[in-house]
Amino acid sequence: MPEFSLQQALNVALCHACEDDDRVLIFGEDVGTLGGVFRVTDGLRDKFGEHRVFDTPLAESAIMGMAVGLAVAGWRPVPEIQFDGFSYPAIDQIANQVARMHYRSRGVLNMPITLRLPSFGGIKAPEHHGESLEALFAHVPGLKVVAPATPSEGYHLLRQAIADPDPVIFLEPKSRYWHRETFDPTEPAEIPPPGTSRIARPGEHGTLVAWGAMVARCLQAAELAAEDGVELEVLDLRWLKPIDADGLARSVARTRRAVVVHEAPLSAGLGAEVSALITERCFADLRAPVQRVTGFDVPYPSGALEDEYLPSVDRILTAVQTTLEYRRG
Amino acid sequence: MHEADLPALHRLMVVARRLDEEAIALQRQGVFPAYAPARGQEAAQVGSAAALDLARDFAFPCYRELGVAVAMSVDLVGYLATHLNVWHGGLYDPKVSRLAPFNAVVGGPVTHAVGWAMGAKFDDTGGVAITYFGDGASSQGDVHEAMNFAGVYRLPVVFFCQNNGWAISVPAAEQVAGGSVAARAAGYGIEGVRVDGNDVVAVFDATRAALDRARDGGGPTVIEAMTYRLGPHSTSDDPGRYRTLEDERVWLDRDPLTRAAARLSADEVAAAEEHAATVVRGVRDGLLALKPPPAEELFSFVYREPTPALLEQQRVWKESLDA
Repeated sequence: MPEFSLQQALNVALCHACEDDDRVLIFGEDVGTLGGVFRVTDGLRDKFGEHRVFDTPLAESAIMGMAVGLAVAGWRPVPEIQFDGFSYPAIDQIANQVARMHYRSRGVLNMPITLRLPSFGGIKAPEHHGESLEALFAHVPGLKVVAPATPSEGYHLLRQAIADPDPVIFLEPKSRYWHRETFDPTEPAEIPPPGTSRIARPGEHGTLVAWGAMVARCLQAAELAAEDGVELEVLDLRWLKPIDADGLARSVARTRRAVVVHEAPLSAGLGAEVSALITERCFADLRAPVQRVTGFDVPYPSGALEDEYLPSVDRILTAVQTTLEYRRG
Repeated sequence: MHEADLPALHRLMVVARRLDEEAIALQRQGVFPAYAPARGQEAAQVGSAAALDLARDFAFPCYRELGVAVAMSVDLVGYLATHLNVWHGGLYDPKVSRLAPFNAVVGGPVTHAVGWAMGAKFDDTGGVAITYFGDGASSQGDVHEAMNFAGVYRLPVVFFCQNNGWAISVPAAEQVAGGSVAARAAGYGIEGVRVDGNDVVAVFDATRAALDRARDGGGPTVIEAMTYRLGPHSTSDDPGRYRTLEDERVWLDRDPLTRAAARLSADEVAAAEEHAATVVRGVRDGLLALKPPPAEELFSFVYREPTPALLEQQRVWKESLDA
């Protein structure tokens, strides 16, 4: 069975998507000749030509606005914005146009747009290269938001995002681009149903809820906890909008404790949404309040302080301890 | 289109003018919550839109394009329904009419036209995108990004700027550095033309030339139609606070309808008015008969298929109604 890094798996997914549907267009800054700054689009222009895979001027808002027009003209745009922080200049197009055109036109104009966005931190990058914007996008009606944690997820979720008739914001955990996994992309049994989460590790004493790069960190924490006899379940959410509320509730109702882990700042982050969903559905089952382990309410820091900012295994285990030791008044 | 086609263009302008007046009346009667009048800009809107080939072109408007809708034979009840607050984008079918939904973000649709033009070029349809925006919108970053894109790719797109002199209360002199939107085209390596926006034939000819150039692979054009908004920015606006009556009088003398009518016979003008009166009656009746959409449509059209969360919210909402 072949082995892929996440970056390779995404590249293969784009390649297969282009092969399967000749209306798929890949464009963005440096995605052509260079193959993307992370090489996710490597070789695709040679393979599919400069009409299917093309470089754009450095203009994020126009990249997304152009995607709207291309979608109106019947194409299936897969734009890339080079780094998370640079999607801010395109927020108007994303939130006011991409997300709303279907609603505004009463379903006449479809927006099958997949925005690929190298996201999250952990690579000690310069400013604006390490943000976690999932809550911002998940808050906008009309958008779907997805974040893969593994190469096989990267492949399947990207294929599903591109096939989706609605706009999908596809958040690629750049710190995991070079993580490798063995899987067969042609194996149908491996394809996760759209909109579902995945139990990355089964456990019975509590659920760690995470997405993107934090799934791997939670797995590390779960391994350490297991040495002390605490079996933690790790739930990889995958779809951040719509969230797999049923899968989430099933896990937490069984384990009775939950810790949500994300890189984004705490306040009004997606952890609040996940906590609320758990409380609504599992209140009677819970043995402790839902804990959140997140980044802090500060701008994403420079590399020297990044490790202080990102949820560490220690912080995750401390939160687990809090839920385990919780006693009612 | 030349002098011989003036009667047809004039007819469209009269429809746009009388419908605009009716819309203001409907606002004053409390039917429309608000309205953005287009009076004075009929020649720019009708002249440009009449030049389109509706079999293959596509237009991306902002929010003051009633004359465009008239000239493109868009369902006018559906178009004006947006002012009735029935549905934000209007109730007309953008695919059938070739007019994108009503859009309140000035500058936003300009990039859409560029993307559409690229798609048309790839498909080799011969279609050209036209996008409507104002002098105020020309300050927006999206407009510059769009023009640069279109210039780099030499796309079949016409940037149609209606310079009506005022971005709500800010005059063009304080809005457009260098004084000319058309002049900016040179910086993007594309054609830029200024046209008398109150001369419907001149606007038609300039637009047809730009469309032909785009179809022939000559790339994009910026057309700056110099015109004037005779009325307020919206029915909530008071132009008396920022411009003089004298100014308005000067532009009233250049009224595009008066100018066109002066070159037509009295019979032609009378027939145009009669036709417009019939159209307006029909549209008014259609608007007054329009019911709000079923409340459940609040949840429709967000996605192609509703998400579980949305279905759940709809269920809870329905229960609250039944309770």
